[in-house]
Amino acid sequence: MINNSKTNKTDFLQGNIACAEGAIMAGCKFFAGYPITPASEIAHHLSKRMFEVDGTFIQTEDEIAAIANIVGASWGGVKSMTATSGPGISLMQENIGLAVATETPCVIVNVQRGAPSTGSPSVHLQGDILQSKFGSQGDYQIIALAPASPQEMFDFTIKAFNLAEQFRTPVFVLSDSLVGHMRERVNFPLQEELILSERKKLEHYQGIHQKIFLDEEVAPMPVFGKGLKANITGSTHKEDGFRNVSDPKIMDNAIKKLTNKILKHKEEIIEINEHEIDDAEVAILSYGLTSRAVLETVKIARKNGIKVGSFRPITVWPFPEEEVEKLSRRVKTIIVCENNLGQLFPFVKSAACEHCKVISLPPKVLGTLYYPEEILEKIKEVI
Amino acid sequence: MEKKINHPLQKYFRGPINYTTCPGCGNGIISQAILWAIEDLAMDFDKFAFVSGIGCSGWIPSPSYNTDVLHVTHGRSIAFATGLKLATPNIKVIVTAGDGDTSAIGGNHFIHACRRNIDLTMICVNNQIYGMTGGQVAPSTPYHSKTTTTPYGSIERPFDLSQVAISAGATMVARWTTFQARQLRKSIAKAILHNGFSFIEIISQCPVQYGKVIGKRNNAVDMLMDYKNRSINVRKAKKLSPDEVKDKIVVGEFIEDKQVPELTQEVKRLRKEAVSRCQK
Repeated sequence: MINNSKTNKTDFLQGNIACAEGAIMAGCKFFAGYPITPASEIAHHLSKRMFEVDGTFIQTEDEIAAIANIVGASWGGVKSMTATSGPGISLMQENIGLAVATETPCVIVNVQRGAPSTGSPSVHLQGDILQSKFGSQGDYQIIALAPASPQEMFDFTIKAFNLAEQFRTPVFVLSDSLVGHMRERVNFPLQEELILSERKKLEHYQGIHQKIFLDEEVAPMPVFGKGLKANITGSTHKEDGFRNVSDPKIMDNAIKKLTNKILKHKEEIIEINEHEIDDAEVAILSYGLTSRAVLETVKIARKNGIKVGSFRPITVWPFPEEEVEKLSRRVKTIIVCENNLGQLFPFVKSAACEHCKVISLPPKVLGTLYYPEEILEKIKEVI
Repeated sequence: MEKKINHPLQKYFRGPINYTTCPGCGNGIISQAILWAIEDLAMDFDKFAFVSGIGCSGWIPSPSYNTDVLHVTHGRSIAFATGLKLATPNIKVIVTAGDGDTSAIGGNHFIHACRRNIDLTMICVNNQIYGMTGGQVAPSTPYHSKTTTTPYGSIERPFDLSQVAISAGATMVARWTTFQARQLRKSIAKAILHNGFSFIEIISQCPVQYGKVIGKRNNAVDMLMDYKNRSINVRKAKKLSPDEVKDKIVVGEFIEDKQVPELTQEVKRLRKEAVSRCQK
């Protein structure tokens, strides 16, 4: 385990460790973080492993510095990551906006926990779905993936790095305390299965007005220290990086290009897991850990002859609007199961229009796992 | 025949870009001091990166300097610079920040960078006020000053930023005013060569906002003359009683410690140790 994670092996790993190993496999060379339950194991593991793979680990003075460090490192040309939980994300929000605006590839792992405020650090809650998308100021798009197992912590971390590199943008891995802390079998991919994306880099300096930003097809990134004279600012800027903070037309162009960069590539980005959906009358929409209870429910329901299917967005953001709209034309009811008071629910309802009924079903006690019976009960009610 | 004269520092600029600072601002003197220092050292400008935050000081390198420039959020420039330096230790990273940037919103990053002794050069433009946002009190504003948010006079004591840096562990610390442009240039050159965290504090005039506070509105020359009259070198100041230096600006090079391990070199050491431990 010197140069990289070994491919083609199987291990019994905690979700957070799987995430850390996934990062190494993706080529991450820089980790910055601040201690926080339930994400700390990622930092523990990488504080050892990063140095083994010729990388850097730094425990920063706070989460604000952690995100700033990984953005700085990314401009230094390395793949970088931070990991935290909800309170840390709250602190990072301003600089997440800067990462979006400066089109900086980086990965932010959020092992979600009970909230609001300090909340319940070791209770699992999918409470940061909205703050991942709307937490920083202004209009912007973000990519967020929701894993449900240690295997997915591993796989989705690699996928997050790939998306970050492809689209020059920060990408969230939206885990939670149970996924982060559970231990399961993790298969490392075969070398030939491993697909890694690398950012498109600016090769040569092309004059002071070189186009390094605001391309819907992703502009090349001028990595620092190579004589490319990168002109980077978080203030409103043009394609060449020059600041203009007074002309609304320039701001309009910047916001639209940045959002379109993600929205125009939704088909490439969005991934959905569908199960038993084809003939379903009721679809249960869930993501992350919750989807595992849903799969169990579908199994039981199908045994009882009830036509139920599972619709699970792997990509929570950008929201799979078209896919949900299509789903809403196929089923009579969509039940949205999420371990919160319905954060994605309004988006599902809006996408479904009036095509079908949309119901929000949080677990009976927030922060606990769903019992398949409570979902079944609801299904029987709506059928 | 008309002769075209180029300024010797023109090559360091991205192009014909308007400077956005107010008339009489100290930024011009500081910008020159930085570039003269680099010129004196005859170093490749492409091997420098500048990181700055929000505030007037952020506009010294951004977008003007014709090298890699990262202009970030208010107060966080040191944290971005830390990541950048750790990822690319072969480039010289210079941070320009203001007094509010450094000691209010970014105070935490500032003291931790000092403690870590990471090889960054920090140029702190201390104009003793929040200029860009309209003349509010800063953590460096003298006691009893009337600003736009202290109409009755400030009731908090100011920070001595250089002393904070020394206490927090910075390994090279100097302070000058914009009046001592030549000394400043020499100290910046020394700071660039220093292998560790160097902190250069510059007391700089803001004739528009701070000028108003001290009755020298829009009068940069008077403010510079005041710096001249009140400055006292640290060597002289050491021989005087605290009362005698009360109203003075103590300037000079305070410390230079070459013995403390530097952070990026420590990282390199850890990598070697980690790999050799793996091989055992």
